[in-house]
Formats: sequence, structure tokens, C-alpha cells
Amino acid sequence: MSGSHNDVGATQAHSSLAHDLHGDHGHGHDDHGGASHGSFRSYLTGFILSVILTAIPFWLVMGDVLGNATTTAIVIMLFAAAQIVVHMIYFLHMNTRSEGGWSMMALIFTVVIVVIMLAGSLWVMYHLNSNMMPMAPGNHPM
Amino acid sequence: MNSYPDWWPLVFGRFTFEAIPYHEPILVATFAAVAIGGLGLFALITKLGAWGYLWREWFTSVDHKKIGIMYMVLGIVMLLRGFADALMMRGQQAIAFGANEGYLPPHHYDQIFTAHGVIMIFFVAMPLVTGLMNYVVPLQIGARDVAFPFLNNFSFWMTVGGVVLVMASLFVGEFAKVGWLAYPPLSGKAYSPGVGMDYYLWALQIAGVGTTLSGINLIATIVKMRAPGMDMMKMPVFTWTALCTNVLIVASFPVLAGTVALLTLDRYVGTNFFTNDLGGNPMMYVNLIWIWGHPEVYILILPCFGIYSEVASTFCGKRLFGYASMVYATVVITILSYLVWLHHFFTMGSGASVNSFFGITTMIISIPTGAKIFNWLFTMYRGRIRFELPMMWLLAFMITFVIGGMTGVMLAVPPADFVLHNSLFLIAHFHNVIIGGVVFGAFAGINYWFPKAFGFKLDDFWGKMSFWFWVIGFYVAFMPLYVLGLMGVTRRVNHFDDPSLQIWFVIAAIGAVLILFGILSFLVQIVVSVMNREKLRDVTGDPWNGRTLEWATSSPPPAYNFAFTPMVHDHDSWADMKKRGYQRPLEGFRPIHMPKNTGAGVIISAFATICGLALVWYVWWLAALSFLAIIVTAIAHSFNYDRDYNIPAEEVVREEERRSRALAAARV
Repeated sequence: MSGSHNDVGATQAHSSLAHDLHGDHGHGHDDHGGASHGSFRSYLTGFILSVILTAIPFWLVMGDVLGNATTTAIVIMLFAAAQIVVHMIYFLHMNTRSEGGWSMMALIFTVVIVVIMLAGSLWVMYHLNSNMMPMAPGNHPM
Repeated sequence: MNSYPDWWPLVFGRFTFEAIPYHEPILVATFAAVAIGGLGLFALITKLGAWGYLWREWFTSVDHKKIGIMYMVLGIVMLLRGFADALMMRGQQAIAFGANEGYLPPHHYDQIFTAHGVIMIFFVAMPLVTGLMNYVVPLQIGARDVAFPFLNNFSFWMTVGGVVLVMASLFVGEFAKVGWLAYPPLSGKAYSPGVGMDYYLWALQIAGVGTTLSGINLIATIVKMRAPGMDMMKMPVFTWTALCTNVLIVASFPVLAGTVALLTLDRYVGTNFFTNDLGGNPMMYVNLIWIWGHPEVYILILPCFGIYSEVASTFCGKRLFGYASMVYATVVITILSYLVWLHHFFTMGSGASVNSFFGITTMIISIPTGAKIFNWLFTMYRGRIRFELPMMWLLAFMITFVIGGMTGVMLAVPPADFVLHNSLFLIAHFHNVIIGGVVFGAFAGINYWFPKAFGFKLDDFWGKMSFWFWVIGFYVAFMPLYVLGLMGVTRRVNHFDDPSLQIWFVIAAIGAVLILFGILSFLVQIVVSVMNREKLRDVTGDPWNGRTLEWATSSPPPAYNFAFTPMVHDHDSWADMKKRGYQRPLEGFRPIHMPKNTGAGVIISAFATICGLALVWYVWWLAALSFLAIIVTAIAHSFNYDRDYNIPAEEVVREEERRSRALAAARV
């Protein structure tokens, strides 16, 4: 019978449900390894980086710097992706440790799924033309 | 139309009295039956003075157990509606040969098969699966409720909102005539100008909000609220499958919402996402809807795999064989289910490389599924098997699902699919896996957990009647469809010319009647069990010698589930606790902090439903007003700080002593 005492279990000092209810009130006990709130400095860094990453694409388009629409589009996409990372780090306070690693796990899963969906859709839709009769441009039957 | 005054469209949109189908005898009779039945129910509840009770104890409840039960009731009621559609189709196809046109004209038949598919997936299978997860998961992980109790109530009522729209379409206007996934251009404004498609769109959009939110809720619950000691690899398998299912829900339902929203824009404001003109492409819709649609079938089947796993280990009296491999198989299926969607449209026109890629991924996904079948078989091997009802459903599932899985692998071969796609072979295949997997799983789950929810077992005799009628009925109803499909008969046809086909449709109709007896036996089973509840009573809370934590508390569990949060040392925690000589704690109770009921969920969902109806009928003022009401109610609810309370220690003591007395009385 030794050991049975442990099975009875003790009340959790701070049960998750109760914690959740307090959280609803905005009292903000943000313990249990949740995300950090960030400092003024980190928000400012994020803001400045976002402004820079937004201004450069504007400049690229307005000034027609690269001289090629396709290249410009690709470069803007890259800046957009960098912008997403900046937002996640400085505004959403994501790192590999927040929420006990769950944030990172969720992010990786999301990225995998989004890449599958986007790449897959592009591939599938592009490939639809592979069995079509060749058609001269502008000869579309309307 | 012309006799309506000028102000009519401004007030009533495109609603006119011609929209009420009083010229359709079948619908009028149905409406009369529903109206009389509904009035009878209304009168009965009023006579019993139960409205207040229902409102306080059920409709506004944030208790995951009550919400789970309400989901199950919703699913079973809608099963009757969806099955009525199935019976009508089987009846029509059994007689409509040659000169006989049958009793369903094409426009009515088209609505019926669309409604059957939509209802069975969104409003039968989803509520049944969500209901079981809602009821069981918090108990299995030793929690007091889900992470966001109010959101749970709101999710349920949003699902009900979708149901109300679909049911309303039966009597006011019409339902979509486009098949359950509503491919454009048929579902576009040009070819489906009526309200049917709009009912479809808003019903799915509103119910989808509920499903997505309940997915978020259960993920947060499982990740954050497990009892101390229960790390991920000690979670019960059902909880694991519930976690993976809800991850799938959260990742895929936004795709559905987006796709439906784009089609809605096409229909309402004249955009061209899925039209043939101006750069639109209907095939993009097919692509997007199946990116949601394929994960959806795993959303339905994964929790059922979990149910079968719990049933297998409980009724074989041993640990599940290959727990870790079961978990990994589930996770692998979760990822792979996003890599196979194109197998639903091999014939859309992609080249060989795309088709072979998706054909191969589809075949690969059958490997983890096969591993699961072997795990259940090895669990049974040298187990002490008790052939109770849940175990019988498990055996029927294993046989049926393997057949369905094999025809699925056949369809995964692109050249074979070119012959079989859109035929009754496909219909037979997916009913084979959905009935054999999800429906049998739901029945296994209902028979397994009913004693937990209500404190008495379900009647054995009527349960067996239901089981045999369902299983035999399934084979009689769907094996002929495999034959017809191989002969080249296509789906969604309401009249045939070749008399040699008729015998197969007659056999299938007989099968449908057998399934009807199965459903009726199930209803009788519940009624008989309620009448004999004293004889079927279980006071131990553990009628099956269960192995997971939900069996550690009383049946039905108290509002707070567990007086003390259990400590977990091993998986199959309750079996482990029993082995170590667990003693129920009898003293030292403390007040328990719980969430409070609220009517906000019902009210917001009601406004959302009104908004949906208004949008279907182009009643713009009402749509704007009800949308505003949704926002205002939601903001008002956020200022309601009176949302929790403490169950005093004395009440916990009273509740626990009541259980001690019942246990003592049972031992005498």
C-alpha cells in the first residue's frame, strides 16, 4: 500500500482552469513559461525594422530601381517574408522557448502546411495546361 | 411576382410567398409532420414547465459534459434527417426505370443528394465526433472543463445556427442542387441563381466558425490542462487522436471559410474568382475545397480510431499493443492528409507527374492506417476479450474498414480512377469508410461512454439488434453499388433506361431499409434503457473495468469532474491507480473554482443565424442590423465580469458523501 498515498493526489495550488478564468479578467498572471511581454526597446526595434522593410519595397517600385517587374516582385516578396519574421520576433514575442516550445512547434507546422498548400496549388494549377491543345495567345474562345 | 408592391423588396428582399413550396406534396407532408411534432414538443416542454430548466441547465451551460451531450443529440436528430434523404434516393433509384419516372423530379432529387451529403458530413458526423471529444477529453486528462468554457458553448450554438439554415431551406425556398461540395460554375450565379446555393454558403460559413473555435478550444485544453504527471506520451490514445484532429480542424477550416467566402463574393458582388471569364478559374475552387476536404475526412476518422483504441484495450483487458506506434501513426496521418488532396480530381486535367505524385502519397497514407489495424489485432491477440457492444462495433469496423481501405487504394491508382471516378464505385467506397469507420465508431463510443454520461448502461438486446441491422444493412446497401460502379453507372442520376440494372438498385434499397431498422433499434435501445435505468444502473463509475481517467470519477461525473486533480504515473492511468490500490479521498475537500453559465453564446449565434437568413434573402437592412447586434452583444459580453464562482467545500463534501453511500449500498 505504500505509494498509494501519492495516487490520491494533491489539489493543484493553481489549477489550469482557475488560471484561465483569471486570465480572462485581464489580471494577467503570465507565468507557466508563457511568452515575454517585451520591452520598449524591443518594440522600437521592431517598429524601425518594419518601417525600413516597408520603405524599401516602396522605393523599389516608385523609383523603378531594378528596371524589371518580375525581379521587383520577387524582391518585394522576400522583404515581405522578412517583415513577417520581424513581426513574429518583436511583436508576437516568439522564440524557441515560449510556451514550452509549443509556439515554435505550431509555427513549424503552420509553415509546412502553408508551403504545401501554396506550392501544391501553384503546381497543380500550372500543370492543368499540360494536357491542353496548344493555343495561340489572343485566340481564346470567348 | 408582379402583384407585390414597390416597397416589398426593400423590406423582404427577394422573399415572396411563391418561395414556400406548398405545391410539393412531399414537402408539405414533411412540413406538417415537423410542425405537428415541433408544436407537440413545445407544448410538452411548456406543460412540464421545463423551459427555464432547459435554459439555465443546458442551453446556457458552459459545462463541457452538457455541451458534449447536446452535440450528440444534435448529431442523432440530424442523422434522422440525413437518413430520410438517403431512403428517398434509394426509393427513387429502385423504381425509376424506363417509363417510370419515379416520384422525385430532377430538381427535387438534386436538392436531396446535396442535402444528404452536406447534412451527413457537417451536421451528423462532425457533431457526433465533436460531442464525444467534448465529453471525454477533459475527463481523460483529469481537467475540470475545457480551456475556454464560454467559447465551447458559443461553438455549439454556431453549429446549431448552420443546422437551422439548412432545415429552413426545406420549407422556405429551396436547397442547393449542386452536389455536396458545390463546384462552380454550376454553383455560380449564372447557373444557380436561386436561394439554395446561398443557404448552403451561409450554413457552412456559420457552422464553420463554431467548428474552428471548438478546435482551438480543445487544442488549448489538451496542451495546457493535463493532470500533473501526464506528459504527452502518457496521454490516452483517444486524447492523442483528438489533439491531432483539432490541429487538422484549425489548419483546414480556415481554407473552407476562405473558399466559401470567395464563392460568396462571386455570387453577391460579381467578382470572378471561380467563373470562366475575366481570369477566373473554377478549377481553383475544386483545388481549394479539397485542400480542406481531404483533411476533413481524417478529422472525422481520427477520433474514431481513438475510440476503437480505447475499446480494444478495455475489452481485451490489456494495454494497447504498440502505444507509441499508434501515436506516431496518428501524427504521420495528420501531416500526410495534407499531401493527397488531388486524388479527388485526378481527371481534372493535370499531367502524369502530378497525378502519379498524388497517387503515391495516397497509397503511402494507407501504411500508418494499416499499422493501426495490426495494433488492434495484436491487442486482441491473447487478450481476455469481452464481447460487449463496443467491442462488437470494433470488430465490424475492422472488417468493413479494411474492405473500404482496399477499394480506396484501388481508386488511388490514377488510371483506375479515370475509369471509376464519379461512378457508384466511388459512392460505395466512401460510404464504406465513413459508415464502417465513423458511424460504427460513433456507435462504439456511444455504447462505451453512455454509462459514464448517465450512470446506467445501454440495453444489450436492442443494442445488438441495432448492431446487426446496421452491419448487415450496410453490406446489402453498398455492395451492389460497387457492382454498379464497375459496370459504369454514374452518381447523382435520378432515372435509368437499362432495366438490367434495376435488380441491384432494389437490393440496395432493401439494404437501406435494414439500416432504417438499425437506426430505429438504436432509438428503441435508448428509450428501453431509460425505462430500465434502475436495472442497468452502475454506481461504481467504472462499469467496464476501464483503464483511463474518465472511469475514476462517478457516473455521471459531478460538475467539477474530480474532487482532487489526479496524479498520473503511467499511461492507462486509472488501470495503474487501481493496480496500486487506489483509495478514494474522503476528506480534505476544498472549494472548487468553476466557470459560470452565460446566455451570450445562444444570443450571438441567434443573431448570426438571422444575419445568415437575411443575407440569403437579400434583406439588407436586417443583415446589417443583426450583424451590428452580433458585435454589440460580443462587446457587451466582454464587460461581463461575473463569470466564475466557487463550489463551496461543503457542497463537494455532500456530493462525495452521496457517492460513498451509493457505493456502500451497492456492495451490500
